[in-house]
Amino acid sequence: MADSRFTGTSSYIATDDLSMAVNAAVTLERPILIKGEPGTGKTQLAIEVAESLGKPLYEWHIKSTTKAQQGLYEYDAVARLRDSQLGDDKVHDISNYIMPGKIWEAFAAEEQPVLLIDEIDKADIEFPNDLLQELDRMEFYVYETKELISARHRPIIVITSNNEKELPDAFLRRCFFHYIKFPDQDTMAQIVDVHFPKLKKDLLSEALNAFYKVREVRGLKKKPSTSELLDWIKLLLAEDIPLEALRSENARSAIPPLYGALLKNEQDVHLFEQLVFLDRRTNPQ
Amino acid sequence: MLIPFFYRLRDGGMKTSITELLTLHEAMKSGLAGQSVDDFYLLARTALVKDEAHLDRFDRIFGAYFKGVDDSLADLMQDIPEEWLQRQAELSLSDEEKALIESMGGFEELMKALQERLDEQDERHEGGSKWIGTAGTSPFGAYGYNPEGVRIGQQGSRNRSAAKVWDKREYRNLDDSVELGTRNIKVALRRLRKFAREGAADQLDLSDTIDKTARNGGMLDIRMVPERHNAVKVLLCLDIGGSMDDHVRICEETFSAARSEFKHLEYFYFHNFIYENMWKDNRRRQAEKTPTHEITNKYASDYKLIFVGDATMSPYEIAYPGGSVEHWNEEPGAVWMKRLLKTYPKAIWLNPEPNTRWNYTPSVKLVRELMDDRMYPLTIAGLDDGIKSLR
Repeated sequence: MADSRFTGTSSYIATDDLSMAVNAAVTLERPILIKGEPGTGKTQLAIEVAESLGKPLYEWHIKSTTKAQQGLYEYDAVARLRDSQLGDDKVHDISNYIMPGKIWEAFAAEEQPVLLIDEIDKADIEFPNDLLQELDRMEFYVYETKELISARHRPIIVITSNNEKELPDAFLRRCFFHYIKFPDQDTMAQIVDVHFPKLKKDLLSEALNAFYKVREVRGLKKKPSTSELLDWIKLLLAEDIPLEALRSENARSAIPPLYGALLKNEQDVHLFEQLVFLDRRTNPQ
Repeated sequence: MLIPFFYRLRDGGMKTSITELLTLHEAMKSGLAGQSVDDFYLLARTALVKDEAHLDRFDRIFGAYFKGVDDSLADLMQDIPEEWLQRQAELSLSDEEKALIESMGGFEELMKALQERLDEQDERHEGGSKWIGTAGTSPFGAYGYNPEGVRIGQQGSRNRSAAKVWDKREYRNLDDSVELGTRNIKVALRRLRKFAREGAADQLDLSDTIDKTARNGGMLDIRMVPERHNAVKVLLCLDIGGSMDDHVRICEETFSAARSEFKHLEYFYFHNFIYENMWKDNRRRQAEKTPTHEITNKYASDYKLIFVGDATMSPYEIAYPGGSVEHWNEEPGAVWMKRLLKTYPKAIWLNPEPNTRWNYTPSVKLVRELMDDRMYPLTIAGLDDGIKSLR
């Protein structure tokens, strides 16, 4: 298995514990559940795993209305009813109306694929329970055509969750688990480095300082995360903001330039401006 | 060799199952961990821990088990109820403080003193007096640690320091699985329903389909509607501990009924009165507080606010800064209360004490004034009245 070890890619920094979790899941062919703050690269992980191991990727993005059955297959009864009224010949073969879902597609893949089940906590609370058997045995039964679909190669399943709902124990037992911690400044510097290799050292450290300072502001609805930081740095570079603008005598009382990239809702921006204003009033320069 | 470790994890309160243990063995057999302890640690963690809240506990047990911490300590750990061992405040000791421990006769002595103290507190608690902990009464507070938890960094541990966290004052979470007697409460809460069809049209509207198909000369014309949801949003704040211990049952029933009745239900706990923080989990209430202004910022004003509490306390706890029995509050509770009421105009206070007794307690009077008299007894009839004023 030495050739198929995941250690991060040229554009994705994986910490030791993350690579261990992924490798365990790949070796034992078990699903891996990834949790962590939004924007720490949970979804990106599946894409990078697929790329670095050279495997096809199937993405299933979960919404609040998604049902487990939709990942397996859907039977389009309405289309069949309509065809029967129009006298279409297709109507006699029920398999014309069975639409394979993402799990079926992954099971039918020619080589071992990577299947991403994104944001599983968005779905109904029973959703993970409905997939227990399918993820465990990697097979399911199509009642309409009476056939058993089983995986040709057990896919590497990456499941992400934002912790909006508790997942059932029975489901958790079948998965490996990894919680992506928010990166510390050193790891963050590495992450920024792979995305912006030519970034000047001093600009990077100033940007990181400003970023962690914004994260420390209490009461923000949504703290800025890695992806916001990367966007912000991209903007700083595009606008060619001078280093001095990031640096200030009393760093707390300065609003970082282009902060719209870091704060994503008006209450947070408002709160932040208020804090800065208060701070200026109490500590006049 | 992993089986004793497995049992240690379970004794430590982790819900690790046999499946997970077998998975770990399988992973070791396939050579994933190699020869290194670090790799084994990572592998064991990814296979056995399924909740980030348990990571710290796992580290602690792992550290204790594989470092071979001496047995006297292990026995001591078993003597203490599990919930006392939950992680609370984190306080790492600095070098000077470690030196101070040494000067007191070292780690062993400290542990012994701690155990004596735990025994003593247990008796006192059974004696019936309330555990209103004030900083400064704890002998451990005198040494300058956090009075509620002592965390002693173990030397030479890996990654994150595995350590012992001792907790004392703890309240149970309200159990929302109590079903008995909740029916009446559910019926009362049901009046707060406001159905709305929102979101994607994914249900067949049968009568409209028949109607449209008939008008269409028999050709099918499918009509869909969105599912009906209860659109009411509720923010429930529950008083816990102290004088509320007598009312735990009725509170559990209310909580249980509310949990199943409202799709958008958020709940927070407080102790005696509202201050700058509330919390969601009583066991981790020192570590995971939610600032009250974060709550008002996060949940929009269309939430209906329901307090459940006996409002029985010293009036200072409401009206003065620093009046809280648990911590030093910069602003009086009444100010926080007014802020909440300003954000959530629809609010009621449910009081489990019978209303005949309300007049004898000055703090109840104060709270009623703050709430504009929207205080109702926690009975079916009172709940009915309260819900009416929420609508």
